Amino acid sequence: MEITAIFYLLPALLMFCAGVYGFITRKNMIAILISLELMLNAVDVFFVVFNRYLHPGQLEGMFFTLFAIAIAAAETALAIAIIINIFRATKNVDVRGLNEMKF
Amino acid sequence: MDATLPLLILVIPLAMFLLLGLFGNKMSHPLAGTLGTLGMGTTLVLAYTVAFTYFFSGDPTFIAENGDRLQHVVFNQTWLAFTQNLVIKLGFLLDPISAMMLVVITTISFMVHLYSMGYMRDHHGVYEHGFQRFYAFLSLFSFSMLGLVVATNIFQMYIFWELVGASSYLLIGFYYTKPSAVSASKKAFIVTRFADLGFLIGILVLSFYTQTFNFVEFTSAPVEGLLDTYQVNIATSEGIRNIFASAQASTFMGASVLTWALVLIFMGGMGKSAMMPLHIWLPDAMEGPTPVSALIHAATMVVAGVYLVARLFPLYLMETAALDIITVVGAITALYAAMVACAQIDIKRVLAFSTISQIAFMMVSLGVARPDFHEGLGYMASMFHLFTHAMFKALLFLGAGALIHAIGSNDYTEMHGLRKHMPITHWTFLIGCLAIAGIIPFSGFFSKDEILSSCLGNSTFVYIWMSAVAALTAFYMFRLYYLIFWWKEHETPAGHHAPHDQPWTMSLPLIILAAISCVAGFIPFGNFVSWNGEPYDFMSHFDWSVAAVSLCVAILAIAFATVMYRKENPLPAKFKNAMPALWRWCHHRFYWDELYMFITHKIIFGLICKPIAWFDRHIIDGSMDAMATVTNKASEGIKPLQSGQIQFYVWVYLIGALLLGGITAICLM
Repeated sequence: MEITAIFYLLPALLMFCAGVYGFITRKNMIAILISLELMLNAVDVFFVVFNRYLHPGQLEGMFFTLFAIAIAAAETALAIAIIINIFRATKNVDVRGLNEMKF
Repeated sequence: MDATLPLLILVIPLAMFLLLGLFGNKMSHPLAGTLGTLGMGTTLVLAYTVAFTYFFSGDPTFIAENGDRLQHVVFNQTWLAFTQNLVIKLGFLLDPISAMMLVVITTISFMVHLYSMGYMRDHHGVYEHGFQRFYAFLSLFSFSMLGLVVATNIFQMYIFWELVGASSYLLIGFYYTKPSAVSASKKAFIVTRFADLGFLIGILVLSFYTQTFNFVEFTSAPVEGLLDTYQVNIATSEGIRNIFASAQASTFMGASVLTWALVLIFMGGMGKSAMMPLHIWLPDAMEGPTPVSALIHAATMVVAGVYLVARLFPLYLMETAALDIITVVGAITALYAAMVACAQIDIKRVLAFSTISQIAFMMVSLGVARPDFHEGLGYMASMFHLFTHAMFKALLFLGAGALIHAIGSNDYTEMHGLRKHMPITHWTFLIGCLAIAGIIPFSGFFSKDEILSSCLGNSTFVYIWMSAVAALTAFYMFRLYYLIFWWKEHETPAGHHAPHDQPWTMSLPLIILAAISCVAGFIPFGNFVSWNGEPYDFMSHFDWSVAAVSLCVAILAIAFATVMYRKENPLPAKFKNAMPALWRWCHHRFYWDELYMFITHKIIFGLICKPIAWFDRHIIDGSMDAMATVTNKASEGIKPLQSGQIQFYVWVYLIGALLLGGITAICLM
């Protein structure tokens, strides 16, 4: 059986949907962050797969993925820092309870 | 003529106004008063010089070879140049009536300046609050009035016309802590302002067709070989009538547009000169200090309307319909004011209504003047009466001021029998009364007689009407005189010292004005002033039968007043009770003020303003408020959407994207 793009794309799609679901439903900010990372990684997989199957001689997709990973790492670090600070201030990481500055 | 002297006549009062207005509070009271009086004295000397030069120098720019007096534009400076045609100039026009007015204004103004030094302080010599301000305003008024009479164009006249209105407002409201004075000043300003609306429209109509504002272009033709010198020429006015006739606007509502323009301009004059029905402000204007009443509301400003009609007289001659309107308005006003004056208690009110009546005499005189009767006698008579009336009415007002100053009240009921206490005031007041009643040889006799002759030349009915008014004039003036100086012995209220004559600053103007009133009648006025500048010996036209009749009428009226008021007796009360309705109507000035109150409050405020206010509050404001409320409510409603919960946003976004995707898919299938 030949391994076609669908074998990669289907799990990545599942992973993305799981990320979306988690992002919408979870209350814990750490869990939301993890869901976000899931979505990002799914997209990374898409990039790599499409690069490999649609434009086999080129490397743009690969490089874009590398970029995305680096930026995701930085972003995660920042998000974690914010979450820690919010936790220190409110003893709480439930995203729906954080409505102090709402209108 | 060199422009320096005429320019100084205008600049000195203005400079005095600025000096006293800006630095008056830093000066002592006597210094401010002396400065103002000296400034006015200088102006007086300059104005006399200019008028003397004009009348007697024989300069070819002032008097033509055949002896006609000419109009000379001393200077005419462009002030505002809007477009090529619409240029507003400020200048100095010297002609018989402006030269005469220079003399009248500066004389009365100087007398009033001098008089106020005594009047504006109490018996202990303490100056009134705002003494310097008073002198500043007097100077402002003198400046505006002088600028008005020497105006070279109708727009300059309008500017100064408003300026005299403003200074009159300031001076009526001089006692600004007194509510009655404040409302009187507002009333005067609003009523005259309303009349000036007509004046402005008239100016615009006139200048729209003629393309000019200049008086000389309305009425005069240039004199050959002399720059800036013009001769009053009826042909020029004829040309203006042709402009109006040939222009598309021949008639409007049954009258020619020129008639409309002239009547509208006269409306401005009606406001300033207190003709019915715009007279209501003048009696109330007596709330101002008495010297102000003498200067502004008796001698100078209120005759501005007469002066305006006289200035445009050749134009009015072209449209006799306008002159007829002036005659009718003047005649009705004269009778009305004379009747009301018979039933007033406040001596200043009597004099105010007497002023209205006398100004109406001048108006009638202009209205009946025609060049084909005694070469326009009415015009000369009107100006003559303006001159003599200014002198004797200022005298009467200043005398009344002396009485009020001594007694501390405006009502004759508190005066009675003052002749022994205040002899100077008594004799000068008597001369004023004789002059206004028209007793030979006092000045009023001559001028009033000219007016009556002129009326007779036009229509017997007007003559009889005005003679009746003249009789009433003599009656109410002597009623006033006897009630102040005779009737019964004066009772000095306990704790007061007896009234006495005033300091020399107040007596001197009285004596000078009385002397002028004695001799002014013998001035050969026709030699100086006539409608076309032609010298004119009125004594050769003097109608002795008219004079005899008017003299008899005046003496009869005085005799009647003597019988009624010389000694305390029940006769006046009997007359009052015999005709209670007439007395009540006269006493309440025929309820004109109430009528105005009804029209303004009930009709204009109640029926027009209140619905408009309601519409503004509820419909206009309401629609704006509704827009705000709807926006507010709507935003409150959709506020929860902006929850700040990213998860919610993503959820909405996801649903939306899926829906859009679904719709796209369905459409593509």
